[in-house]
Amino acid sequence: MTTELLRIDNLSKSFALRAGGLFSRPLTLRALQDISFSVNRGETLGIVGESGCGKSTLGRCILQLLKPDEGRVVWMGTDLMKVPDEEMRKRRKDLQIIFQDPLASLNPRMTVGEIVADPLKTLMPELTAVQRKQRVMEIMEAVGLQPEMINRYPHEFSGGQAQRIGIARALITEPKLIVCDEPVSALDVSIQAQILNLLSELKDQFGLTLIFISHNLSVVRHVSDRILVLYLGRMVELASGDELYDDPKHPYTKGLLTAVPIPDPKRARQRRIDTLTGEIPSPINPPSGCTFRTRCRYATERCAEIRPPLETVSAGRLVACIRWQEIDNMPGMEPSPAA
Amino acid sequence: MANVLDVENLDVTFALHQSEVKAVSNLNFSLAQGETLAVVGESGSGKSQAFLSIMGLLAKNGRASGRATMGDVNLIGLPPERLDRYRGKDIAMIFQDPMTSLNPSLRVRTQLAEVLVKHQGFDEDKATRSVIEMLERVGIPEPARRSAAYPHELSGGMRQRVMIAMALLCRPKILIADEPTTALDVTVQAQMLDLFRNLTNDFGTALVLITHDLGVVAGVADRMMVMYAGRSVEKGTVDELFYDPRHPYTLGLLTSTPHVEERSRRLNPITGSPPNVEHLPRGCSFHPRCAFRFERCFAEVPPLREVTPGRSKACHYEEKLVFEEKGAA
Repeated sequence: MTTELLRIDNLSKSFALRAGGLFSRPLTLRALQDISFSVNRGETLGIVGESGCGKSTLGRCILQLLKPDEGRVVWMGTDLMKVPDEEMRKRRKDLQIIFQDPLASLNPRMTVGEIVADPLKTLMPELTAVQRKQRVMEIMEAVGLQPEMINRYPHEFSGGQAQRIGIARALITEPKLIVCDEPVSALDVSIQAQILNLLSELKDQFGLTLIFISHNLSVVRHVSDRILVLYLGRMVELASGDELYDDPKHPYTKGLLTAVPIPDPKRARQRRIDTLTGEIPSPINPPSGCTFRTRCRYATERCAEIRPPLETVSAGRLVACIRWQEIDNMPGMEPSPAA
Repeated sequence: MANVLDVENLDVTFALHQSEVKAVSNLNFSLAQGETLAVVGESGSGKSQAFLSIMGLLAKNGRASGRATMGDVNLIGLPPERLDRYRGKDIAMIFQDPMTSLNPSLRVRTQLAEVLVKHQGFDEDKATRSVIEMLERVGIPEPARRSAAYPHELSGGMRQRVMIAMALLCRPKILIADEPTTALDVTVQAQMLDLFRNLTNDFGTALVLITHDLGVVAGVADRMMVMYAGRSVEKGTVDELFYDPRHPYTLGLLTSTPHVEERSRRLNPITGSPPNVEHLPRGCSFHPRCAFRFERCFAEVPPLREVTPGRSKACHYEEKLVFEEKGAA
């Protein structure tokens, strides 16, 4: 039985940008529009997309680090948008985040022990100093840091170890949900794999729910139960990992999957080259109707006119393309992502 | 096929306050005409420094020794004014971030035409025509109009194409691309890799692709060289190294890499982190992270030696590498 932990309803967020001239009107960048999905207890939801798709903004909106303009962020029955700041601070115990650049997100003047213990001071003030230290030691062990590292400073650590410190800091309050924002993108390949394995072990050990944000489809595929694909601030497709990779419905998802380099020379050579043309348009002035239409080989005039609604493909599976069924039935035109 | 570049005993050292650090040690390899060689390694492996030294672009405290022979010239140790006869003409290099390599205050066509005026003695008009032609060949739409743009007016993918066009203007024998797609979005990366695949055929240029991404290597390269802590640890064809890795580090890189096509496979990372080149372990630099190490590895640096024709490795372990699933569920 799945229990819904988090639900996002029609979330939108835009940013005002200063235009060039002093008296010109500010430009609006619509970072996210009409985002709706839910996250179940114990699952890993992957969020993928290219630059400017809004994936990091979405992570921050969920944690209320950015205030969405519209919509609801319902956490265990409570709309977080309506929770006063003071109370939200207490709730942060349950919702934590891990960032991309491990070293930049650690205070260089604090020791590892202080960094990891820091959230406890504000979020769990009832703990005594001894209890705090006890907890720090337990968490450090869980993330694979040696106890003697407790008095060292962040600059003494490699990228992989620094990311372990970031994970320890997120885990210390025993959160229910962790938003992982590109947690392995800055790491070397061999270290990336260590951190991915660690996250999956910790997830089992602590019964965590994860939102895993990344531009790297191979990594997202590896960790996620379900995957949400974003393009220029909109939801494009939401499906289970297997459904999405084995049988993508949206032309953008198809294009994205064929673009992923496969680390297998024979398969890479056999693969049909079917590259998406063009680049991502500016989110300040996105195309009308379907924002993907300028790069879509299936686009028709209608795609410029109407904004494609999210349609249900099967239970829990959504796609935002007015032609997905037609495209699905086109013989031989469907680019297979794998072969 | 003839070699366009032969590198022998290349060392790169950097002078620090009181000590010296060796970033590249005893590197040997050759590059055949029109082939694509991938140079793979993690941060600090020396992969970029090796090629910067060949281009004469080391930082001021860096020093290179050894040979990098192109035709009958050894590029190592050539004074800049002599190097300039070859740089940009016979051998060119492009980098991860094109914005740092383009002059922001010059129109694209102005800075590109300069290359042809300087190296080929073209007049401005002829140079500009050639530039526009080249921009079209690297996939820039409306090249005449785009060539009048300043670098900041172009997207990241377009800028990288401009860099490639600039590098190819003189039809170099060798193009060195240092992480050319790392900063790009995945769909744009795929376009760029297509371009690289065609480029070696169309121009007969030999391509050196410096990367940490095995997916990029598999799709583009003919041969590969794996570097670790400043040394080449394994060399061979891409198929040999991917399907039958002989060095434990190569094996570790492969088992660390997630595949988009499979979910369940547990990743088998290499334990520990790459060493700091200032404090390399004794013996084989990889031994602290190696599952196959034995006494000899602690004491002796393994030399790079040929295992089968064209294929070499630097490892004392002679048995077949049997990959053990660690903690397979």
